[in-house]
Formats: sequence, C-alpha cells, structure tokens
Amino acid sequence: VSEFFTVSVLVATVASAIRLATPFLLAALGETLGQRSGVLNLGVEGVMLLGAFGSYYTALQTDSALLGVLVGIAIGLVMGVVYGVVTLELKAEQGISGIGIFIFGLGFSDLLFQKQVGTPIPIDGLTEWDIPLLSEVKWVGEMFFQQNVLVYLAFLLVPALWFIVNRTTFGLNVRAVGETPEAADSLGVSVNRTRYGTIIIANGMAGLAGAALALELGIFQQNLTNGHGFIAIALVYFGAWRPSGVMAGALFFGLVSATVLQWKTLGIVAGTAASIVAMSPAVLTIVVLVFVSRRSGAPAALTRPFDRGH
Amino acid sequence: MRRRQILARLAGPGVLVGAVVAAALVGAILLVALGANPWTGYSALVSGAFGSGSDLANSALKAMPLLLVGVGITIAFRAGVINIGGEGQIIAGALLSTMTVLAVPGVPRWLMVPLVLVVGAIGGAIWGGIAGALKAYAGVNEILSTIMLNIIAVQILNLLLRGPLIDPGEIERGSRIPQTERLSENADFPILPGGTRLHIGVLIAVGVAVLGYILLFRTTQGLRLRAVGHNPHASRYAGMAVQRNVVLALAYSGAMSGIAGVALVFGSEGHRLATDGGATTFTGAAGFNGIVAALFGGLHPLWTIPASLLFGGLLVGANAMQRAVQVPAALILALNGLVVVFVVGSIRGRQWLNERAAQLRRDSAEAAEALEETERQQAVEETPP
Repeated sequence: VSEFFTVSVLVATVASAIRLATPFLLAALGETLGQRSGVLNLGVEGVMLLGAFGSYYTALQTDSALLGVLVGIAIGLVMGVVYGVVTLELKAEQGISGIGIFIFGLGFSDLLFQKQVGTPIPIDGLTEWDIPLLSEVKWVGEMFFQQNVLVYLAFLLVPALWFIVNRTTFGLNVRAVGETPEAADSLGVSVNRTRYGTIIIANGMAGLAGAALALELGIFQQNLTNGHGFIAIALVYFGAWRPSGVMAGALFFGLVSATVLQWKTLGIVAGTAASIVAMSPAVLTIVVLVFVSRRSGAPAALTRPFDRGH
Repeated sequence: MRRRQILARLAGPGVLVGAVVAAALVGAILLVALGANPWTGYSALVSGAFGSGSDLANSALKAMPLLLVGVGITIAFRAGVINIGGEGQIIAGALLSTMTVLAVPGVPRWLMVPLVLVVGAIGGAIWGGIAGALKAYAGVNEILSTIMLNIIAVQILNLLLRGPLIDPGEIERGSRIPQTERLSENADFPILPGGTRLHIGVLIAVGVAVLGYILLFRTTQGLRLRAVGHNPHASRYAGMAVQRNVVLALAYSGAMSGIAGVALVFGSEGHRLATDGGATTFTGAAGFNGIVAALFGGLHPLWTIPASLLFGGLLVGANAMQRAVQVPAALILALNGLVVVFVVGSIRGRQWLNERAAQLRRDSAEAAEALEETERQQAVEETPP
C-alpha cells in the first residue's frame, strides 16, 4: 500500500481519474440537459454502446480516432431523433422505451461487432495534446494538461452547459418546459421543439461518451460500457441537476476507478478481489442514490409527456 | 357498426402484432444491409424454431426462463415498479440453490427438487426485495438499482465460481474453468416422457404463470398490488401500506426470476452452474428478454405463456438463421429492444383507435336517435288533425 502513496503514483492516478471521468461526464451532462427539459432518457447505455462500436470500427478501418469521434456523435444524434419521435410524437412511457433502446443498443452493437470484427483488435486511441506552458508545470501539468482533446472538451462543457441553461433564451425555455410545460406553451414556447433539441443534444453526447470510452480503452467487446450509461443517469441525481455537481460526481467515480486500476497494477488487490473491484462502481452508485434520492429539486415535469389537450 | 367492432378488436392484440411486424421489417432491412437475404434468413429462423417436434421442444425450453421472468415482471409492472433486475435475480436464485445442493447433496430426490425451487425463489426474492426496500424506504429509482444489482450479482457469481464453488477437478487439472462440479443427481429436473429434452421446469413455469394470475387477479394481495400500481395516493388514503407493497412486488417478481435460475441450472445438460466471466452468463439475457415477453403478453400472466413461446422460438431460430445467412444471433436481442420501443410507442395509437371506436359508437347512436326523431315527426305530420 505504501507504494501507492508516492507522488509519482498519485499524480498518475489523478491523471487517469480525469480520463476515466470523461465518459461519465459527457453522458451525464447530456442527460442533465434532457432532464432539465422534463425528459428522462434511460437509453443512454444503449446509445453509448452504439457510439462506442461506431467510433471503434471507424478508427479501426481508417486509423483516424478523430473520425471515430465524429461517427460516435453522429450515431448519437440519429438515436436522438429516434428517441424524440418515440417520446414526443408517440408519447411512449419514458422508463420502458429507454430500456428498449438499451436492449437494442446492447444487441445491435454486439451483432455488428461479431459480424464485422469478430475478435477484439486493439486500436490507437486519441493522442495526448499538451497545453503549452501549463503542461510544463510540475505535477499539475501531468495531472490536468497532458490529456486528449475529449477530456478538455468534456470539462469545458461544464461551464458551457451552465451558461446555456442559466443565461440563454434556449436555456430559459428548457427550464420552463421542464417545470411547467403548460405555462411555457401558453407563452408561445414550443414544448416539443425545445425537447427535441435537448433530446438530440443529450443523445449526441451519449454517443460521444461511448466514443470517448472505446478510444480510451482502445478496444470494443460485448457490453463494453457495463453500466457506464446508467451510472451517468445516477450522477445527474447526485449532482442535483447542476453541471458542477455532475462534474463532482463524475470525478468521484473516475477517482474510484483509477485507484482500483492502480491497485490492480501494483498488485495490492489480486485474484478473486478483481471481482470485488469490478462491482465497486455499482455498489457505490447504490450507496450514493440512497443518500441523494430523497433530496428534492427534480424538474417538476420530469417523465411527463406534454399534451395540449382538446 | 361493423367498423366499430373491428377497431375495438384492433386496439388490443392487433397493435402488439403490429409492433412485432414492424420490428421484423427493420430486421429485414438490417439483414439486407449486412449482405444477407432476409427471406432465407427468416425462413431458416421460423423452421429452426417451430419446424419439428424437437425444435418446438427446444423453443419451449428457451421460453421457460422468459416465462418465469416475464410473470415476475408483470407482477412488478402491475404494482407500478419497473424491474430490470431479472438477470441479477436469476443469478441469486441459481447461486443459493446451487450452494444448498453442494451443502446437502444426499437429500432424496422427492424432497430435493422442491427444496431447490423454494431456496432459489428465496434467493431471487431477497435480490428483488433489496431493490424494493431501497425504493420504498430511500426513494431510490428501481430501474437504476436493479441494473446495479445485476452488475453486482454477476461479479459475485464470478467470485464464487473462481473461488469457493469451483469444481475441485478444475483445480487438479489446472484448467480452472469457472464452474461447479456436476451437481447431485438428486437435484436433476426429471425429463418428461416423449423422447424430447423437455423437463419438468417447463411445467413448473406454466404452473407459476397460473399462480401469478391467481395472485394478481384472484386474491386481496393482488388487488392491493394493482391498486398501489394504479394510484399510490388513493391506495395510501384507503389504508394500504404502499411501501410494504412495493417491497412485496419486487420480492414476488424476484422470486419468479429466482426459480428461472434454478431451472437453468438443474435443467441444464451439464447439471452445473457456470460463468463465462461476461455480463450475460448462463442466463442468455433471459432477464431482459423476459421483459419483452411480459410486454407482449399485455402484462397478463396467462398471455405471457404464448408470448414466451414466441420469443423463445425466435431465440432458438436465431441460431439456425446464423448458420444459414451468417448473421449473429444477437440480432434477436436487438430486435427485441425494438419490440419494446414499438409496444410502448403504440399505446397512444391504441388510445386513438379506442377513441375512434367510441366516436363511431356515439355517431351511430346519434344517427339512430335522429332517425327515430324523424320517424316520430313524420308520424306526427302524417297523423291527420
């Protein structure tokens, strides 16, 4: 254990925590926007799987990780349109239709992987992009400023999302639609158009999150995400629907995962303990939910489809 | 008049069949996109599922866990709880019953089979009940907690099968395949006469479906569960213990998935519990596919029986399709996801059909009234003053 508490190992662990937090953060920020507009998207996990396969396969075929990222986003956007039609036009129950999307993503990504790739072939992920000057700073540079472009993007999206939700007309519409859609509608805000916007953005970010995960791991396999998408939904509760809170939660989960990985590498945990390690994020999620679920602050119209009536 | 009846009928099963047909069409497009002939693929699928007596028996065996999970899902959904934890509850039931048999292998057969069923049901009920208690007393969203409990159950399974429960022979040989030894023959599910692989688990599943129907629709407890699902506030006002019923709903639901776990172990050809280390192990994703069967059965335990046979058949047929057109059987899981989306998406379509039928009924009633009125007036006019 003493090996773990050396500066170089701790610095490496924090750097890896930030990388591992990135898929959680991207998916959870998208989900936050969706939920603020009153739409619960439980299909995140499925969309992440599809985005992950799409980006992995693209990177495998073209040797371009960046192209893979774009494909991941594109798949997410398409799934967003599908989920928008299902929840807004057909007004399907959001809990169950999201599970349908999850099962579809689980099966379809596995199908494509088996058919097109077969055995897992590793790919090169995104290259690190050192920020000039800042990356030179001792320790701090290695932790925060020698990361890939998706990491920077994810953390820049935190203030960006705060600004969009709290300081723009679109954000005002999102909040109005999520709290009292009837009032928003009577003032001429199109409830469904606003929700289409948030759903498509949220799914695009879920696709991007899947791409970030696949490119970080450099591999694809059946059920690669193993609960990442569902944990991202839990992080929205953890963060009380605020981008900064969601970021804190994502960093917490990233830190736990990174510590666990580091312990495995150092041989602090071994053998059967690997299973305990693999279940720790799931246990942690339940513990977190026990503490935050009773807290109020959920958008009032969450999961409620809008119907103007007759 | 006729149109009204047709519309009213369509509103029920017609929409469900429509959902499957729509998913099959999407599947055909996917097959074409993957370079396979959809006609060849689908005919291989259908004949592989229902072509011969032994195919049908295999379909029924594949349907067995779907039915058990599906009946459990039905009870939970009716009580307003979404149980996505079938996978974990299957594993909990399988693990607890396997450990029991390993502990007391000498129990005579007539007692052993009921014993493993009860123990497995308890295992699943505990795993479901945890999610129920988390929802009832801490407000934890049951969809998230059941998903997390699935992940935890898989890891406990891997942990136990690599360690304390591993077949001693695997350690001697050094192969270390994570599986138990062949379990006591006293716990083998008896094979049904008829020369197929069908075993008593299939009958148990149908029996559980009937019990599930009686529980939901013929007992006070079932009335309470449905009332809580329909309107928790009114139920609380009527003096029902809403929280207790939420826990019970998930415990009943888990118990049935637990029995599915028992049937998958003691009805398997290897008569042992094994894992591949992956996310869906010996369960074959029955915890998820059971949701599809339950929804397709209209959340009714008895209708879930034919629905499970259909989806069990698709899973068996998918292997034949894989051989015929080289498209992985995972296609069926993907299409099942679409069936879920289409079924819940069609509820509004069903409402529209119902409204349309009601409108036609009103129209024809008005027309009849108007006709009567006209006749009466004519009668008045024709009557000489």
